[in-house]
Amino acid sequence: MHRLVLATVLIVAVAAPAFADDPAVTITLKDHQFAPADVPVPAGVKVKLLVTNAQQENAEFESSSLHREKIVSPGGTITVYVGPLDPGSYEFFDDFHNATRGHLIAK
Amino acid sequence: MLPTAIIVFREVLEAALIVGIVMAASRGAFRRGLWVSGGIAAGVLGACGVALFAATIAAAAEGMGQELFDAAILFAAVGMLGWHNIWMSRHGRELAASAVQLGNDVRSGARPLWALAFAVALAVLREGSEIVLFLYGIALAGQGGPWAMVTGGGIGLALGVAAGTAIYWGLVSIPMRLLFTVTSWLVLLLAAGLASQGAAFLMQADLLPALGYNLWDTSFLLSDTSLAGRILHTLIGYTAQPAGIQLVFYVTTLLVIGGLMRLVGTGEKAGEKPPARPAVSPAE
Repeated sequence: MHRLVLATVLIVAVAAPAFADDPAVTITLKDHQFAPADVPVPAGVKVKLLVTNAQQENAEFESSSLHREKIVSPGGTITVYVGPLDPGSYEFFDDFHNATRGHLIAK
Repeated sequence: MLPTAIIVFREVLEAALIVGIVMAASRGAFRRGLWVSGGIAAGVLGACGVALFAATIAAAAEGMGQELFDAAILFAAVGMLGWHNIWMSRHGRELAASAVQLGNDVRSGARPLWALAFAVALAVLREGSEIVLFLYGIALAGQGGPWAMVTGGGIGLALGVAAGTAIYWGLVSIPMRLLFTVTSWLVLLLAAGLASQGAAFLMQADLLPALGYNLWDTSFLLSDTSLAGRILHTLIGYTAQPAGIQLVFYVTTLLVIGGLMRLVGTGEKAGEKPPARPAVSPAE
């Protein structure tokens, strides 16, 4: 297990992410809705999602098919990298408000 | 009130199941109640601290602080559970014998209960901080008033604790001589599941490749968000759509901890005496 931890630390140390030229997409969470709710993204490349929480309460941007879960504090913006994705639809939701849902449409 | 209860229940559930298993795994151990409740208390305090500094943590490491923090907690918990399991594979049999004879294992002062307590603290911290953030958010938004929040939170907490208690009582109904074998397996699977969750966070931080986004999809059978899916997620690391890297971490954890358990366990079987431990220390 120590080896695993060490490996993790090493990976963390050497692989600082820098993807200046990745396509960026902004999603805003407001009044318990994602805008846009259907987000077109290019398939086959890494995509940078900027998720802004324009609500007064905390939200958790989550997706089972994309393996992402990240808290977005009120007024805050998080960066989430996804992909390269196969073409298709990937659902995401606010884990603190289950009815709030949207999709990434990879084409 | 109901949505609050559901979300609090969901977060408490994972920590409560871990506490239930740890309590069963440490059955008969001296002062385990103190260790475990100390772990829970430390976890609750830590959760409030993490929630308080959530924005700072999130902004760290170029916005990937949350992922690294979660991954670090998960891998630390894996290490703690693994360490205890490996220790137990060496000394478990004598403990079981002495527990049956003496009713407790005062002899086992060297047993790393601190590792279990630490794992409990980490589990409570991780799930608890989400509860604090969620409740703080709805308190600010003023949804339904404080009464609905307290009632909902209380119901969720009670149900989660009930689930942890249920798994504890289920496990301790197993005869003592089999209990350690069963709990060792449970702890091993638990650790593998936590490692796979940790891998997902490192993948999210873009530090590990996905190695296949979704190896398979069993969400039509059992979704991650169903109650059974969540319970299995905690107990054995079930994920309806696992990424390749998660499977790699899962299997590696099983092999490393399981292999070490077997390695140190067979020494004893071969008739080799375990290394001398300090005699009964009066403090423990």
